Amino acid sequence: MAEAELAVNTQLEAIVPDIQNPIVTVSNLNLYYGETQALFDIDMQIPEHRVTALIGPSGCGKSTLLRCMNRLNDLIDSVRIEGVVEIDNDDIYGPGYDVISLRRQVGMVFQKSNPFPKSIYENLVYGLRIAGENRRAMLDEVVERSLQAAALWDEVKDRLNDSALGLSGGQQQRLCIARAIAVEPSVILMDEPCSALDPIATGRIEETIEDLKKQYTIVIVTHNMQQASRISDYTAFFYLGRLIEMAETSEMFTNPQLKQTEDYVTGRFG
Amino acid sequence: MKNFWKTGVPFIWLTGSALALCLLMVIGLVALVLYHGTGFFWPSDIEAVVLKDGRKAMGQRWDKQEIPTSNRTGSGQFRIQIKVGNRDVYGSDFQWIDESDIQSTDYPRDAVVFERREWGNFYGFIEALYEGEIQMSNTWDVLQAQLGETRERHEQIREIEKDAIGDLNRQIESLRLKKREIELGGGDADEIDAIDRESRSYWEAYEQLADELAQLRSANEIYRVDVRLIGGEVRQIATADIVRAYRPNQLGILGKSGVYCERIGEFLFDEPRESNTEGGIFPAIFGTVMMVFLMSLAAVPFGILAALYLREYARQGILVRGIRIAVNNLAGVPSIVFGMFGLGFFVYGIGGSIDQFFFSEALPTPTYGTGGILWASLTLALLTVPVMIVSAEEALSAVPSDVRAGSLALGATKLQTILRVVLPGALPGILTGIILVIARGAGEVAPLMITGVVKLAPSLPVDGIWPFFHLERKFMHLGFHIYDVGFQSPNVEAARPMVYTTTLLLMGIVLALNLVAILVRNRLRKRFSGATF
Repeated sequence: MAEAELAVNTQLEAIVPDIQNPIVTVSNLNLYYGETQALFDIDMQIPEHRVTALIGPSGCGKSTLLRCMNRLNDLIDSVRIEGVVEIDNDDIYGPGYDVISLRRQVGMVFQKSNPFPKSIYENLVYGLRIAGENRRAMLDEVVERSLQAAALWDEVKDRLNDSALGLSGGQQQRLCIARAIAVEPSVILMDEPCSALDPIATGRIEETIEDLKKQYTIVIVTHNMQQASRISDYTAFFYLGRLIEMAETSEMFTNPQLKQTEDYVTGRFG
Repeated sequence: MKNFWKTGVPFIWLTGSALALCLLMVIGLVALVLYHGTGFFWPSDIEAVVLKDGRKAMGQRWDKQEIPTSNRTGSGQFRIQIKVGNRDVYGSDFQWIDESDIQSTDYPRDAVVFERREWGNFYGFIEALYEGEIQMSNTWDVLQAQLGETRERHEQIREIEKDAIGDLNRQIESLRLKKREIELGGGDADEIDAIDRESRSYWEAYEQLADELAQLRSANEIYRVDVRLIGGEVRQIATADIVRAYRPNQLGILGKSGVYCERIGEFLFDEPRESNTEGGIFPAIFGTVMMVFLMSLAAVPFGILAALYLREYARQGILVRGIRIAVNNLAGVPSIVFGMFGLGFFVYGIGGSIDQFFFSEALPTPTYGTGGILWASLTLALLTVPVMIVSAEEALSAVPSDVRAGSLALGATKLQTILRVVLPGALPGILTGIILVIARGAGEVAPLMITGVVKLAPSLPVDGIWPFFHLERKFMHLGFHIYDVGFQSPNVEAARPMVYTTTLLLMGIVLALNLVAILVRNRLRKRFSGATF
């Protein structure tokens, strides 16, 4: 606890880089679970068409912040939010903002793969069907394109009508990525997508992310420092609900500004 | 010794033997019912016994038991029970005979079993056949031909009675109600006259049909059989009263199987005779299945909707927890309490109001204000809806919350998420709930007895008369049938096998309904293979 107090006391203003073309802007964000505050004065910007990694020890609020960006925290009754989150210069917590269209614009991949109890095909076209798209040719095209993008096409093209629950863990997770990109979002949020997978499956997903960043903005929460350094362009370090430091990844891992960040990225604590 | 306890083997034995005991009890029950239930229709041989004191008895062997100690003169003595039939002659269907009193037993080839529409079986030998006053040559084939002819006429009579005359009765009754409605509303003399005229024309049609019936009956009456009993006495019975006649001692396995199947067919598809102790139980099968369907139709959707609200929409707190406990307790309330509630609320409350608003001209005869299949089904639905809610809720909570979040994160609304992801995922579990509901509902009797089940319903709740479904009608039910035949019948001894066969059938129906649900569930499981149901 002494360490925590130290961090809070010494760090008054987060160190953040200048970002030219932010797609997501978070300003002055405070979040409470009932009486407990989980996020403190978060100010950050997410650059477009880049991979931004959120790192930090468990319980530091990375996932909570991620879920603020598609308003998935709305599902929890006790959550209260202050501050502004802007996507494409629209305040997503503003009055009258359409949550449904936000979530179509901001896709999400979860920690544990969560395919629906449907066929592979129906999983992929789910987002389109609920938006009212039912033309077969259109759906077929989207299925192939998104599976190609998620590097899953070759493995499942012959059994698109089989249950998605019959796939392996890694395949299920790539299916969830394909499902997210099938609706063509501009931002994809990933909440520790590889934490339940073996190294080979993890490698595949990292390759997929590498490909995806040409078209999409990716925000990824990870516990794995190597992964963050391998795949991300920017890294943000969180601690006890505060953003401590954000920088280009190469900078962050070779020359962090703060002692605390250095300790964490080199594995001395956390 | 200590090591032995440590291995855990004793616990395996304990759990294993508990299971074995449960299985044994179930298997024992089923075996008992099967043993007594399946043999009833087999045409066993006719025994003719001569006693040491010269008396004779003839009939089918029914039972054999050791004579109780107090009455015993020696040890190891048995007595046999013979169904001697001929109730109108002997006064009772059965006779107990001590084995030690028997001089000789033989199986006369010409002994005949006559199954009659009334008075039970008749055992004897054919002495003579008559067509009017003419004595026919005494052959078996002639009797069978006459039986076929009389049976056909009997069917015609039934048809006229049920359809044509039933139709007329309904017309006359509806005219009477119309007349009463007009009278209640002030009354227009011309209209009443017109109705009276129409009514008279129906009465004339009825007279014609009655004549036709009388002709058919007298045509049937000319056939008679003289039957000689084992004691030498001769009795005459009308051929038209005979359902079936066969000589079991001359039948081989195949012939007996034929009679067996015929009797099972009669049991399954005919109406009961002789205050339910003979004939078939088709109305009871129909009533049971229809009641279960109506009940499921009411209980399943409501249960699922209520569970959806509790699990998906309601804010989880003290109130919801309280409701959950209440629902669980409701599932444990004695069924007769639900019956009382159904009688008070559905029958007298809702039914009474319906009568007042829509059928006031028929009062004081109640239409909906008396027990009927609709009220019985709704009462049972009330009884089973807690079971449905509990199991549907469990099925819904087994769907991982990540899957819900995944759907919402793709831009689905809550309703879309529930309809497209949550419900399909919970479907196998919900079907398990439906199975439980059916099993509970089909086996329940007590609440039905006061909300619409009767000993003998004159017509089925579904027929060809508009509006085809007559939900206000009373109905027969297998469970009540078992109680009625077993305990309320005037001829308990003869009815006992009927109790077993009906039990067997009820178990079979519950099994069949469950099997359907299980098959559906397994198909769904296969579709969602790998899921955590």
